[in-house]
Amino acid sequence: MKSTSRLGAWVAIAIGTLYFVLPLIATFEFSLKMNRDGYSFEAYKVVLADPGFQATFGYSTLMAVLTIIVGILLVVPTAYWIQLKLPRLRPLVEFITLLPLVIPAIVIVFGYLKLYNSSSWLPLTGNERATDLLLMCSYVTLALPYLYRSVDAGLRAIDVRTLTEAAESLGASWPSILLQVIFPNVKSAILSGAFLTFAVVIGEFTMASLLGRPAFGPYLQLIGANRAYEPSALAIIAFMVTWASMGLIQVFARNARPARKTA
Amino acid sequence: MAYLTINNLHKRFDDHVVVHDFNMSIEQGEFVTFLGPSGCGKTTVLRMIAGFETPTSGRICVGGEDITQQAAQKRGIGMVFQSYALFPNMNVTQNIGFGLKMRKCPADDIKRKVAEVIKLVELTGKENHYPHELSGGQRQRVALARALVVEPRILLLDEPLSALDARIRKNLREQIRDIQRRLGLTTIFVTHDQEEALTMSDRIFVMNQGRVEQEGRAEIVYTEPATEFVARFMGNYNLLGAADTNRLLGLNISGHLAIRPESIHVLDGHSQQDGTLAGTIRQHQLLGNIIRYQIESAGITLQVDRLNRTASDLMPAGTEVRLQISRDDMREVR
Repeated sequence: MKSTSRLGAWVAIAIGTLYFVLPLIATFEFSLKMNRDGYSFEAYKVVLADPGFQATFGYSTLMAVLTIIVGILLVVPTAYWIQLKLPRLRPLVEFITLLPLVIPAIVIVFGYLKLYNSSSWLPLTGNERATDLLLMCSYVTLALPYLYRSVDAGLRAIDVRTLTEAAESLGASWPSILLQVIFPNVKSAILSGAFLTFAVVIGEFTMASLLGRPAFGPYLQLIGANRAYEPSALAIIAFMVTWASMGLIQVFARNARPARKTA
Repeated sequence: MAYLTINNLHKRFDDHVVVHDFNMSIEQGEFVTFLGPSGCGKTTVLRMIAGFETPTSGRICVGGEDITQQAAQKRGIGMVFQSYALFPNMNVTQNIGFGLKMRKCPADDIKRKVAEVIKLVELTGKENHYPHELSGGQRQRVALARALVVEPRILLLDEPLSALDARIRKNLREQIRDIQRRLGLTTIFVTHDQEEALTMSDRIFVMNQGRVEQEGRAEIVYTEPATEFVARFMGNYNLLGAADTNRLLGLNISGHLAIRPESIHVLDGHSQQDGTLAGTIRQHQLLGNIIRYQIESAGITLQVDRLNRTASDLMPAGTEVRLQISRDDMREVR
């Protein structure tokens, strides 16, 4: 009975693995076929040498970094304050941070266009820098479910209240408490949220496309519509970026000192 | 004038009153203990003194200065927590030096003061260890050092020994008391352990349901309980109601009669001494240096403690004895 159920589990794992891995292998294999006379990394060379790739990847990386910085500045103090002073508001904040998962990105971006178009009271789509700002804010919104949950989980793993009170009794100001006591102790949680945010932002298409910004997502779509082998190479590169982010989450989670309430 | 005075302190959480009309005054250098069961309000009073809770009403003054509405950061009151509350990202030196750093002390002063206090709490050699690399006793000594190094006006200890095992607890309480005496530090200690309270305190405030049941010197609170609650909480007092007192001793009282187990003398069953009571041993417990007997007399079971000097002292169940209780050892309580 036990060996049958174990066999069933292995079969399920094998099917699942094949379902996920086979398309990737096929894509990778296809991306190596640009040269007719055998496998090569020609498609990767072409993609990496393309100024469009460099520009859009650079743009999306910059946007991801800015999104992470603004997201952390917004989420960490909020989650900390909710945990410390306003625990009753936790369900409401959790609901709000989940909304980007429920409301499609296209709805959000149409809302933005309606609110911030060039004839509105705050014309954020009026010039490129302002639109970049709007795109970054929309990425912060998209990243909220991941960032808030990571940070909240990190804060729950330490005794925020007692650590704060200990720091207060030693004369620490609120900024000192946040920067020297709370931030360092939720560092791995913040980094996990940051890498998730990075992965989300790098591949995001809808918002960047509808706001007309030169991000990596629209570039992927453009290449996919016009070329044969390069889109496969780009897909593999995009996967590698995501996997690298996930791997770094694991590395930081493992390197974090053993979880403790208050040591 | 007292160093710390608390007047009519009152704390309410929603509809629940946690502290009723709390009053106290402490002299500089005194070691005072709030003793009581869980939920009696002792920690809430401590937290209001520290500035972590705002009183619903009342006043807290230190050295003549009203600190009731002052932020915790500005009170200059040190606190040691039950859960240590060490900063996990900092080593021993950084944890201890944190308060001095917040006060913007020069680096050389921080180094010197941290080294001094590390020596004081006997943690030399552990300077670069992180909290998770230390034992419970060592962590609590770091927490104590961290609170002491900033030279607080008052030191608050919130059940600092509860999470430690018995041997370490005993050593640490002696160390805390010794340091407190050496530094002449005004200290408030919160515990639910009467032995800890008796061994460490100059004065004890016994608390129950947000009120002070009794306040006084440790030996007085133990030997002269004012209420039934204090008698029950402070020791294994025999508490007799009015009817039982009358039946056993022929005395008419209105409240309860409290008799300490060690004040009842056990005599030989054939003793003809006047004023003694006949009793039968029902069972006994060996508690190390004492033997605790359950002795039945006039249908009432009394606890009686005797020194465990030799194995032949032990009297088996069923032994007939005579009990002698001095009137001076009987205390009427509310």
